[in-house]
Amino acid sequence: MSEAVIETTKLTKEFIRDEFHVVALKDADLTVNRGDFVALMGPSGSGKSTLLHLIAAMDRPSSGEIRVLGQDLRALTDRAIAHWRNAHIGFIFQSFNLLPVLSALENVELPLKLTNLKGAERMEHAATALKLVGLGDRLGHYPRQLSGGQEQRVAIARAIVTDPDLILADEPTGNLDAASATDVLTMLARLNKEFGKTIVMVTHDPHAASFATRVRHLEKGLLLPEGQAPEEWNAAAAHPGSEG
Amino acid sequence: MAIPASYNLRNLMVRKTTTVMTALGIALTVAVLLSVLALVAGLRQAFASSGDPRQILVMRKGSTAELNSGVTRDVYQSLKFMRGIARDAAGQQMASLEMVTVINLPSVDSPAGMNVTLRGLLPVGIAMRPLKIQQGRWFQTGRREVVVGKSIAKRYPGARMGQQLRFGKGNWEVVGVMDGGESSVNSEIFGDLGQISSDFNRQDGLSSVLVRAVDAAAVPALIHSMNDDRRLNVTAEKEQAYFDAQTSSGAPLQFLGIFVSVIMAVGSSFAAMNTMYAAVARRSKEIGTLRVLGFSRGSIMVSFLMESLLLSALGGLIGCVLVLPLNNVTTGIGSFVTFSEIAFNFRVTPAIMASGIAFALFMGAAGGLFPARMAAKKEILTALREI
Ligand SMILES: Nc1ncnc2c1ncn2[C@@H]1O[C@H](COP(=O)(O)OP(=O)(O)OP(=O)(O)O)[C@@H](O)[C@H]1O
Ligand SMILES: [Mg+2]
Repeated sequence: MSEAVIETTKLTKEFIRDEFHVVALKDADLTVNRGDFVALMGPSGSGKSTLLHLIAAMDRPSSGEIRVLGQDLRALTDRAIAHWRNAHIGFIFQSFNLLPVLSALENVELPLKLTNLKGAERMEHAATALKLVGLGDRLGHYPRQLSGGQEQRVAIARAIVTDPDLILADEPTGNLDAASATDVLTMLARLNKEFGKTIVMVTHDPHAASFATRVRHLEKGLLLPEGQAPEEWNAAAAHPGSEG
Repeated sequence: MAIPASYNLRNLMVRKTTTVMTALGIALTVAVLLSVLALVAGLRQAFASSGDPRQILVMRKGSTAELNSGVTRDVYQSLKFMRGIARDAAGQQMASLEMVTVINLPSVDSPAGMNVTLRGLLPVGIAMRPLKIQQGRWFQTGRREVVVGKSIAKRYPGARMGQQLRFGKGNWEVVGVMDGGESSVNSEIFGDLGQISSDFNRQDGLSSVLVRAVDAAAVPALIHSMNDDRRLNVTAEKEQAYFDAQTSSGAPLQFLGIFVSVIMAVGSSFAAMNTMYAAVARRSKEIGTLRVLGFSRGSIMVSFLMESLLLSALGGLIGCVLVLPLNNVTTGIGSFVTFSEIAFNFRVTPAIMASGIAFALFMGAAGGLFPARMAAKKEILTALREI
């Protein structure tokens, strides 16, 4: 079965100010099916984050169509989008973005505050999510008491605690050392394989991309056809470990 | 459900210094307002406790204070026999002819001395007031003796039991201290009408007459007939109404206090605004993150407003704690009506503290509104990009 979770046609995002006009994403046609783990790759400034932000409805496209989980995002109001995102999307940031004044458990519980769950149930769900990422013994720790890898695992727990249909990650290993990065990627792969989560992950790193089931490349705002990669990337892939 | 308040509380704790400084500014503003309100409440209490609903104070037509009133013994005799006047157990009319003047007592805290109300009255005048002798005994008719109110005994060392006071034509012995509850009598000195009026050469130039009607219902009719009698040429009003009007002594202070605290409130609101703008700027990335997690612009707005309110509530509480020691502290205020000192207690009542908290919350809301709006208006990606 190949139910489309993300479908974009001619998706375009331009940034226009008096002084500049940037086409960050041009006519992107992307289909992601349920159960896919897609890596979006490309050099800096190629439009990877822009595409991810459009999928998460964190920004609105300039033109083109975008349906995520069957929902036409352009039809939703700000308020409806907030609700939709809470219910269906789990987002993982490069720099973790945990709230420093909240403990690991409270950070993970936060998205559940918007659901109808009772306090005790929320705690239970949050604790379960933290156990799943291997932090069952760090519930009361604050972000400053955790390592970068642990922080990102808390962020993963926060992203999955609502049991979202789609997990989006923007360079989730960008701030991590190699060992922690592998932990995080293994975890994402496991969420994909064992729990059937659909994942879209932006990354520079071919090693990270190797955990995905599909890779799509972007170059200067263009989404290259499936299976096609820019020349310089092919060169870098030939010598793993030398990329920046 | 919204962003939990514990998030705001902890953020307030994280930036301790700013929080404390801002809260202190609000606290001082609240303290200024509350001390004025407590003072006015105390003053009001002092006058509100004075006066019996059955009693009428009669003064010369047009007088607003006993001090500038004048009544003769003839007028007193006419008033005494009017219909509707109560009688005591012995069958005597309850009407008290009184003479009021201001004397200057030397005082420890003021080299110029303090002005104090001196009242000469008949024994019936004492019976008509809810007075207790706290110490000693009442003065005796025909003697140069006085009884002082308890506030006076407390404030003027020279006016304690057994001391001699010098006024009029010589010395007077303090034979007792009286307790008038919370009323302004505590700030007066009582003596025999005959003795005092002769010392001041006012045997027939007395000040006022206090009469008691048979009951409160009879009061309006009695007042009417007194005011309408042209030969009497008097102004009669309810004793309580007279004292209510005296509360105006606190009005200039109340006005000044409220004026100062409003000015301070403007400053404190701006301080709160500044603090909250800084918080919004510093937590920009958190705001973006919360939005990505699904919190709406509205809940961001509420959260920051809540933080400002929590901050100001803290200030309000500190303000209350600051003025609490004032409670029941006795102070004096120069009355613009009687030109004498009235001693009364500051009263920091729960209602006054509640209004202080409300005032603080108002400052918090005023200061927090624009920063909270700014936080809510941020676009997600802009918010996330800021550091
Ligand atoms: N708010 C904005 N205003 C103007 N230009 C923008 C804005 N956001 C992105 N851009 C531009 O759009 C292009 C694509 O940016 P994007 O962030 O998607 O790149 P990226 O592939 O994620 O790069 P990186 O790997 O460095 O994160 C860049 O040229 C960028 O400068
Ligand atoms: Mg990017």
